[in-house]
Amino acid sequence: MSAATEAIVLPDSVDVVEPGRANWSLRVGGVLVGLVVVVALVSFVWTPWDPYLVDGTNRLMGPSSSHWLGTDQFGRDVLSRLMVGARTTLYVGIVAVSLAAVGGIPLGIVMGMAPRWLQTVLVRANDLLLAFPALLLAIMFGAVFGASTTTAMVAIGIATIPVFARITRSGTLQVMSTEYVLAARAGGRSAPAVAVRHVLPNVTSLLLVQASVSFAIAALAEAALSFLGFGTAPPIPSWGRMLNEAYSVLAVSPLQALWPGLAIATAVLGFNLLGDGLRDRLDPRLADAR
Amino acid sequence: MSDPVTARTPADVTVGGAAVDGAPGDDHRLVVEDLSVRAGRLGLVHDVSFRLGRGERVGLIGESGSGKSLTALAVMGLLPEGLSASGSVRVSSVDHDLVGASDARLADLRGRVLSMVFQEPMTALNPVMRVGDQVAEVMEVHDLASGRDARRRAVELLAQVRMRDPDGVARRYPHQLSGGQRQRVMLAIALANEPDVLVCDEPTTALDVTVQAQMLDLVVRGAAERDAALLFITHDLAVVATVCERVLVMYGGHIVEAGPTRRVFTAPRHPYTRGLVRASDLGALGVDGTDGSLRRPLPTIPGTVPPAGAFPSGCVFRNRCERADEACEVEPPWDGLPGDGAACVHPYDPEDTAAPGDTAASEPGGVT
Amino acid sequence: MTTSTTPTPPDGDQPALLEVRDLVRDFPRPRSSLLRAPEPVHALRGVSLDVRAGQRFGIVGESGSGKSTLLRLLAALDRPTSGTIRFRGREVTGVPERRLGFLREDLQVVFQDPMGSLDPRMKVRDIVTEPLVAQGHPDRLGRLDELLEAVGLPARAADRYPHQFSGGQRQRIAIARALSTRPAVLLADEPVSALDVSVRAQVLNLLADLVDEFDLTLVFVSHDLSVVRRVCDTIAVMQEGEIVEQGPADRVTTRPEHPYTRQLLGAVPSLERALAGQDAAGLAAAAGAAAPGADADREVRR
Repeated sequence: MSAATEAIVLPDSVDVVEPGRANWSLRVGGVLVGLVVVVALVSFVWTPWDPYLVDGTNRLMGPSSSHWLGTDQFGRDVLSRLMVGARTTLYVGIVAVSLAAVGGIPLGIVMGMAPRWLQTVLVRANDLLLAFPALLLAIMFGAVFGASTTTAMVAIGIATIPVFARITRSGTLQVMSTEYVLAARAGGRSAPAVAVRHVLPNVTSLLLVQASVSFAIAALAEAALSFLGFGTAPPIPSWGRMLNEAYSVLAVSPLQALWPGLAIATAVLGFNLLGDGLRDRLDPRLADAR
Repeated sequence: MSDPVTARTPADVTVGGAAVDGAPGDDHRLVVEDLSVRAGRLGLVHDVSFRLGRGERVGLIGESGSGKSLTALAVMGLLPEGLSASGSVRVSSVDHDLVGASDARLADLRGRVLSMVFQEPMTALNPVMRVGDQVAEVMEVHDLASGRDARRRAVELLAQVRMRDPDGVARRYPHQLSGGQRQRVMLAIALANEPDVLVCDEPTTALDVTVQAQMLDLVVRGAAERDAALLFITHDLAVVATVCERVLVMYGGHIVEAGPTRRVFTAPRHPYTRGLVRASDLGALGVDGTDGSLRRPLPTIPGTVPPAGAFPSGCVFRNRCERADEACEVEPPWDGLPGDGAACVHPYDPEDTAAPGDTAASEPGGVT
Repeated sequence: MTTSTTPTPPDGDQPALLEVRDLVRDFPRPRSSLLRAPEPVHALRGVSLDVRAGQRFGIVGESGSGKSTLLRLLAALDRPTSGTIRFRGREVTGVPERRLGFLREDLQVVFQDPMGSLDPRMKVRDIVTEPLVAQGHPDRLGRLDELLEAVGLPARAADRYPHQFSGGQRQRIAIARALSTRPAVLLADEPVSALDVSVRAQVLNLLADLVDEFDLTLVFVSHDLSVVRRVCDTIAVMQEGEIVEQGPADRVTTRPEHPYTRQLLGAVPSLERALAGQDAAGLAAAAGAAAPGADADREVRR
């Protein structure tokens, strides 16, 4: 075969990408999220103080050598409560996002690959759900099932399903219009196989970003719900709960609000950066930049 | 910069004339000297020099990765973020160098002195603006016409690019036009201010052949009526031969050959040009091919174009060249006249102008 | 119409591999008026043709001619509004996907855009063997090396991703995938239009070699008459959803009967003619496009 034997030189990577950027957000995001995870894990075996220990004599103290971040209005150690609160945040985030992803991704793929009439019906129904505020749903759930961390995160998760479904659908439609899907169909691939082999991997980057954003939103929502009294019930610490409790003493001791606020900001920033970094990292076209 | 008489200025203007660098701007609409484009440390276009005379049509041909489009963008001062140009680009009616000029200064020149037609007419037009307004806008921006006057001129220009019902077309939006019509609108915009230099970057690649034929005709007429110099960038040898009097062949960011169209395509001197001409010859249509000539394999250039930064040192084509030897490891000098020759150590002999002794540098081991 | 649209078999004894009869495909247009239902776009208006085993059948047309629609229908990637397609005498139209195995095994497609037709997240190994996986073939990996070699790619290409290859190499990958099931018919949709001139020659040679070596029947769709004439022995010229002329490649390109074919032939820029003195005005005249606004009211789809 004459044409076939021509020398083929495989090129090295040609992509011109900023090599530092993906690494940077991945690293910083990883460190911040890692910090939250480590703190949550450590809290199982060790906290400086018992987070539930009420000490009437040491109320609203500033940072000191015995209480590094001070104490709250009941004399409980703030650092210990922050550490235990990290568990709640992670727990809520993971469960809510998993629920949203498990429900939303298949729905989104069906919404992108089903016959036209079914797509129309599902998309309209999804838009309806999307218009329903997550917090309102959580408050309703709280009213019906009683305020608890579990109720809050299930409500947040369910309310996030339409967001995932919509993002997945837009990605699916784009992938379905490519020639590689046509080629796969011409090669005899069935629709489910196309969904798993081509659609899913190619919408992953979109979903990762969405997951990290949703994770941050879920952490915030838990804080907001706890703050409003519809989330984590006292005395279990959660960052939102702590913020709520700090609110009543804001004028006397603003530091009480600063610590949980900082913790929430750190986690949210961490998850957002991690999502960005992961997206770039998982894209083989950008991977060579490493 | 470099001494114009020595080899490094490959293309010179006047087809037959010995324009050995008069003061730039005498008869030249565009003078480009030692133009280089870099992305950080990576060189993408290297020391490109050429001149365009009044009313001259010059083709810049090359494959993807040759640097032809970057050269055009650098001339227009439109390089994307992260790329920088060095060297010199001068236009006859402007008294300063375009390389290094401020954005504001360049913006004033673009659309007035220099204008460009891009490959993709859909993305080059504003989708939410009526096409008549877009043609009028380019005149208003440069204060050459305004208000009703500009609208009237816009309709005239649309008529000049042979738009049927120019009044009606002026009131339409880009998506309501066909690809060929959109490209003619782009041409009308480019010609609106009577530019000195018209740059066309693959203006017909996205068009059907029947529409392409008309577009090419309009480009040539539009430039000729204004006595504008035309720089026509394409990968299609047949198109360039139809449109241009002179061609520059680019490969790996270098001009590897330059000369009158007929000479370059009938007696190419650079092995790359020769390979390109042979590979693009699919056999003339309308000629009977029953003799089996069409069944023979096409001549090809072995290998593929390396990615930017992976071209060999010395002659950029030497890793794919059948004539390459050690002498090619240093950058080849220009062989031939400034405007008619090739950057090659072992050029093919021109069949008409025998030049024995041309390849004296080919002694093996002479340079290393 | 100077030639009939119903094909006249050159040698009637051999049954056609692909039989297309009165194929019509309408696409709905989005509604733009409350009162009037939109007129559909007629992409194909009754196309009939026969492709025989071993034939190299070229379909030429400009954008909007319906050539790509026809190719998708032939590959059963779309359903016609009416009309029939038979492959080896078996009905293809209206058959559910799960019973199209006979077609998927024996007919493969190479698409135009060598980047778009390869999943950017799959390694070459998985791309090339995908049809084999889909059809549950054993010994996929043994076949992989063979296929890569056949299209002139080194075995180590298998572990790379599509973006690491040049356009011509990607098209080789797509061709390897198409050949993986040892198909009898290869449909090629503008396979060299996105390639550089020097690479185009390589891929055209490769296709010619493979067609000979694997006894392929080729259906080659292109806008470029000179490419089609180079590759095919039979040419059908399409215009606005209809075949306006069909015949042996040499006859169609040297003695065209339909005015549109003549126009098309005149419009293709040619190095020979240009060097013989044809300028842009001459080309425009030959294309018959010199009349004002020749394409002013041409339908643009999508």
